[in-house]
Amino acid sequence: MMEKKISKIELKKIYKTMLRIRICEESLVPYILNSEIKCPVHLCSGQEAVAAGVCAAITSKDNIFGNHRSHGHFLAQGGKIKDLIAEIFGKESGCSRGRGGSMHICDPSVGMLGSAPIVAGTISLAVGCALASKIRKTNNVTISFFGDGATGEGVLYESLNFASLKKLPVIFACENNLYSTHLSIKECRARNNIFEIGKHFGIPGFRIDGNDVLKVYAAAKKAVNFCKNGQGPVFLEFMTYRLRGHVGADDNVQGVHTDIRPLNEIKKWKKKDPIKKFERYLLENNIFKKIDFEMIENEVITEVNDAYIFTRESSFPKASELNKYVFKS
Amino acid sequence: MSSKVRKLQYSLAINEAFHQMMACDKSVFLIGQGVKSPWYVGKTALGLLKKFGPERIIDTPVSENAITGAAVGAAIAGMRPIVVHPRMDFMMYAMDPIINEAANWHYMNGGRGTAPVVIWGVINRGGEQGAQHSQSMHALFAHIPGLKVVMPSNSYDAKGLMVSAIKDDNPVVYIDDRWLYNIEGEVPEELYSVPIGKGIIRKSGKDITLVSVSYLVLETLKAAEILEKEGIKAEVIDLRSVKPIDKDMLEKSVKKTGRLLIIDGGWKTCGLAAEISATIAESALFKDLKSPIYRLALPDIPAPSSCTLEKEYYIDCNKIINKVKKIFE
Repeated sequence: MMEKKISKIELKKIYKTMLRIRICEESLVPYILNSEIKCPVHLCSGQEAVAAGVCAAITSKDNIFGNHRSHGHFLAQGGKIKDLIAEIFGKESGCSRGRGGSMHICDPSVGMLGSAPIVAGTISLAVGCALASKIRKTNNVTISFFGDGATGEGVLYESLNFASLKKLPVIFACENNLYSTHLSIKECRARNNIFEIGKHFGIPGFRIDGNDVLKVYAAAKKAVNFCKNGQGPVFLEFMTYRLRGHVGADDNVQGVHTDIRPLNEIKKWKKKDPIKKFERYLLENNIFKKIDFEMIENEVITEVNDAYIFTRESSFPKASELNKYVFKS
Repeated sequence: MSSKVRKLQYSLAINEAFHQMMACDKSVFLIGQGVKSPWYVGKTALGLLKKFGPERIIDTPVSENAITGAAVGAAIAGMRPIVVHPRMDFMMYAMDPIINEAANWHYMNGGRGTAPVVIWGVINRGGEQGAQHSQSMHALFAHIPGLKVVMPSNSYDAKGLMVSAIKDDNPVVYIDDRWLYNIEGEVPEELYSVPIGKGIIRKSGKDITLVSVSYLVLETLKAAEILEKEGIKAEVIDLRSVKPIDKDMLEKSVKKTGRLLIIDGGWKTCGLAAEISATIAESALFKDLKSPIYRLALPDIPAPSSCTLEKEYYIDCNKIINKVKKIFE
């Protein structure tokens, strides 16, 4: 069994990452609702296992690129909660100095090179990053995180072909949360076969339960090894579900009801909550005790609370510095 | 200067910039269609593949979006790529990585990342090539914050501006005109650079300022020589950089001459000539003008095919002379 090879320390790290993401995301909700947070925020609650599992399989020397829903990727790759929250609140101390907001978060020091809300916009960038690794012979892997909606963009197919042609060390990590903004992916795609997209370009593809962090980790680890052996890219489709709407706090319970997803579908997926699923696994296998969860949760809550203190104490960017960073001088 | 100066064709001057920059900086690489071909990109890629190998001289499928994105991504990862579009019309497929990603990257990440990529587009006007093989889109790119745009008119600048573009820490759009490729000019053997954002006075005069860029500088100079014989002493400014524009040089010249004609190989509406015109009109020089500011730009018409229509469409020396004479009537 793949899981047995993972040490308790690693399991704890993965669990903590998932919890950091969830608690951080949910902490934003009241501020989205009272408009203290002004920038558009795309929460990833429910999708934590993908970010946590994939990023556990790589190091900070590897690189990731994200999208509009990338708080999880940022945190899983080692970004600090305070840098993220300060950015979302538009503070100078944020990871992008208040110039990016929730949709443009980065921390190059840990390999999180950037994120962008132009759906599929960073896929080719990730391919280029992998090309850079190949030219420099660094043997680093690049992860491109994108959603199921991005499979509608042509650049994905150009990128798959080029990455395969040049055997680039890039993993196409598609988080299929079943919706392209508001629209069911069934209404977007002629066939339900995202994981097979790469096959026509000679790229192996796999569909994985994206709410089972150990399965995500195992698949990512295998893909990373494949890339590092010089065998070229891998396509991974992670089946998952966002517990909130496309943007904002909307979950059909709070705020405006813009989320048109059927309530029974949401209920069904809440039962598959990746964090609860992982907790059950850790308890049933006697790896963690209840007290372990409490300790980790307390650590995370402290980190999030500290992040809010840091954000409140931080200043907004100065109006006089509006034009700072247009060019690097 | 101790360096040997000799005559070199424009395309070979670009080629020399590549040879020298690639030899001294391992992060520089060339990617795009035709770089392996002896004719596709003129002589600009001569000898590069043999000297630097296929890892750094990368010929590609026709996938402008992904290939440009890959160049941008490699730049974000610390490389200094040059991505070539042998016909800049095809660059329209790559607007997303150029405008949404490369141009914004440094700003939206608060200076924590940058995309030092050269996006090189070749204009292939004339020859009855029609609407989609003839377009000069410099104004389009100059409109975008975060992009620099250069358009060298001779061999010396072709090399010097390419060197500057590669060394620049920001994305630079380098646009040249195929009509210049075989024209010889003096080029020092040594590695040198021409500063981005600085124009040059090609001919001094006191009666009227003629501003031009790229190929039309040659036609403007021819016109100025003929006009001089007829008693009109024109000052010819070669902008060299479309963005940033050398405002100081323009203002000094117009202050001296009191008249301004802008000659632009792009379309008239919202074009480079409109921008220069507005820059002078809203400056303190307005009161010094002895006549209105005039534009000689391409009409707002797609490039035609038939040679009789082409003759009517494109600007040449005679059209410039006629326009200047009208100003003095």
